[in-house]
Amino acid sequence: MEKNKATVEWDRLEAKPEFKALLSRKASFIIKATVFFMAYYLALPILVGYAPELMKKKVFGEVNIAYLFALSQFFMAWIMAFVYVRVASRWDREAAAVIADAK
Amino acid sequence: MTISLIMFIAFVALTLLITFWAAKRNTGASAYFAAGRSITGWQNGLAVAGDYMSAASFLGISGMICFYGYDGFMYSVGFLVAYITVLLIVAEPLRNAGKYTMADLLAYRLNPRPVRAMASLSTLTVSTFYMIAQMVGAGVIIERLIGLPFAPAVIGVGVLMLVYVVFGGMLATTWVQIIKALLLMAGAILLSYLVLQFHDFSLAGFFDAVSKADYAGTAEPKNLMEPGLKFGIAVAGPWGPLDLVSLGLGLVLGTAGLPHILVRFYTVPDAKTARSSVVWAMAIIGVFYIMTTFFGFGAATILKKALILTESGAPNPNMVAPILAQELGGELFFAFISAVAFATILAVVAGLTMSASASFAHDFYSNVIHAGKENRPGAEVKVARITAFVVGAVSIGIAIFLGPAVNAAFLVGLAFAVAASANLPVIIFSVFWKRFNTTGAVAGLVTGLASAIILILLSPVGIFGKAGAPFPLENPGIVSIPLGFLAAYLGTILTPRDLVAEAKFSELTVRAHTGLGSEKATSH
Repeated sequence: MEKNKATVEWDRLEAKPEFKALLSRKASFIIKATVFFMAYYLALPILVGYAPELMKKKVFGEVNIAYLFALSQFFMAWIMAFVYVRVASRWDREAAAVIADAK
Repeated sequence: MTISLIMFIAFVALTLLITFWAAKRNTGASAYFAAGRSITGWQNGLAVAGDYMSAASFLGISGMICFYGYDGFMYSVGFLVAYITVLLIVAEPLRNAGKYTMADLLAYRLNPRPVRAMASLSTLTVSTFYMIAQMVGAGVIIERLIGLPFAPAVIGVGVLMLVYVVFGGMLATTWVQIIKALLLMAGAILLSYLVLQFHDFSLAGFFDAVSKADYAGTAEPKNLMEPGLKFGIAVAGPWGPLDLVSLGLGLVLGTAGLPHILVRFYTVPDAKTARSSVVWAMAIIGVFYIMTTFFGFGAATILKKALILTESGAPNPNMVAPILAQELGGELFFAFISAVAFATILAVVAGLTMSASASFAHDFYSNVIHAGKENRPGAEVKVARITAFVVGAVSIGIAIFLGPAVNAAFLVGLAFAVAASANLPVIIFSVFWKRFNTTGAVAGLVTGLASAIILILLSPVGIFGKAGAPFPLENPGIVSIPLGFLAAYLGTILTPRDLVAEAKFSELTVRAHTGLGSEKATSH
């Protein structure tokens, strides 16, 4: 591995157009996903704090909007993890192609 | 009490066997600090979940939901959603570009000595606050369960934890964590089942009972399903809702900066496994936190007020889950849940000590004091073992000094706030921003660390008390996290460009995004 370190041309790899394209697709996905999940998550404390009467409205039985919204956060997190894993394994293959000739 | 004692002894014996087994496999630094990078995705997922479902989660959140209803459940939500931050931003680059600690990632392109020194200070601070909170929890629980007084109970936990860390290293700590996570999930599922059985397996009936809970430390019945029983009351006036947002921000961003969670990603062979272990952890943690609905609200509907009170007459939020287990499942189940609670604390404290001692030995001793030129084989591992001993002894001492009355949630909140404000900004900038330089990293770490601690000291839970606090919020995150990012940004753009760091950014980028050149697994 030490020998490998000395011979890898990091700059050349980084400058490859396929790698640049991969990075910008990754960045675009991660930024969009982060903005979405932060907004969805922070909506919970903001609504609970500033619109408590709305959150106390009952949907069925004693179960209210506040509890359902909180519960939905779990599914949001799971779905997002599922989607991320799918796109990330595609990125893995593309990244492997970029470094294939460097080994 | 004898069944509890037998279960404690059985658990301790089992974990000591694991430690003995792991000790024989500790050959070199990678084996000691990173379990030889041999842990698989689901194993690490369980270990991450185990590190996370601490005493504060299991005992603390059950108590919070039982006493304050919905507002306690908001902690459960934040703790899970936080893993999206870990998954999207931190886990993979960290595994690809790091070796043993968070600072490895930063030191790749920045001037290693100042960056490692500050990162090490921040790691030690976060770990120590977190650890003291767990130690205090352990002392209180063992005192109540097997009648051992507070100080000897804390010392006992400390000594056991040191045995795991000093002899077994990361491999033993990981396996203790995995076993504990499995036991905890089994206990939580059984407890939820018994709660539903009590309500004749009717969810409608269950939520009906929750909405009419008639104790929770209140004079008249309260609807525990409604928000606002805790937050928004603690901080008066217009600041209440803001405090809630601040807490949420700290929870969701803090996890990605917690050193004992970050070091877990070095125990796996590659970034793909790091990713799959976060997903496993999210599945386990998510199911667990949804079940807090049943044992938190379940305790509120099933337990009578007298059961929750301590001998002095004050409500005892930390004991809600074990008492519920006793009420529904009898003495044997009580003993099981208690032993699991004990195991939880022991395992989390061991994980924390591991991350603190790894950071001191690897970052401070090897790379700051010896400028990375320390080549004697085994020196780093030896220093880590000594550090573990010192860190353990110091936190045992502080925990005993603070005594059983200190607010454990306050200490954990501080750890989260410091982690989010100091560690997260520099990790993100280091991976994603080419222009980022050493001054920016040090400025971000110092500002995040200092602002989180100072704001807590000035807050209503700090040194001035509720009335005279100059800072109105209990949670500093909403101010200290942006300050951490701002300081890292300003520190960078106000100082000259660091051409070496920018040149090395190519290397870090390729490494972080492809895994080229990262340290692979060693076989045991």
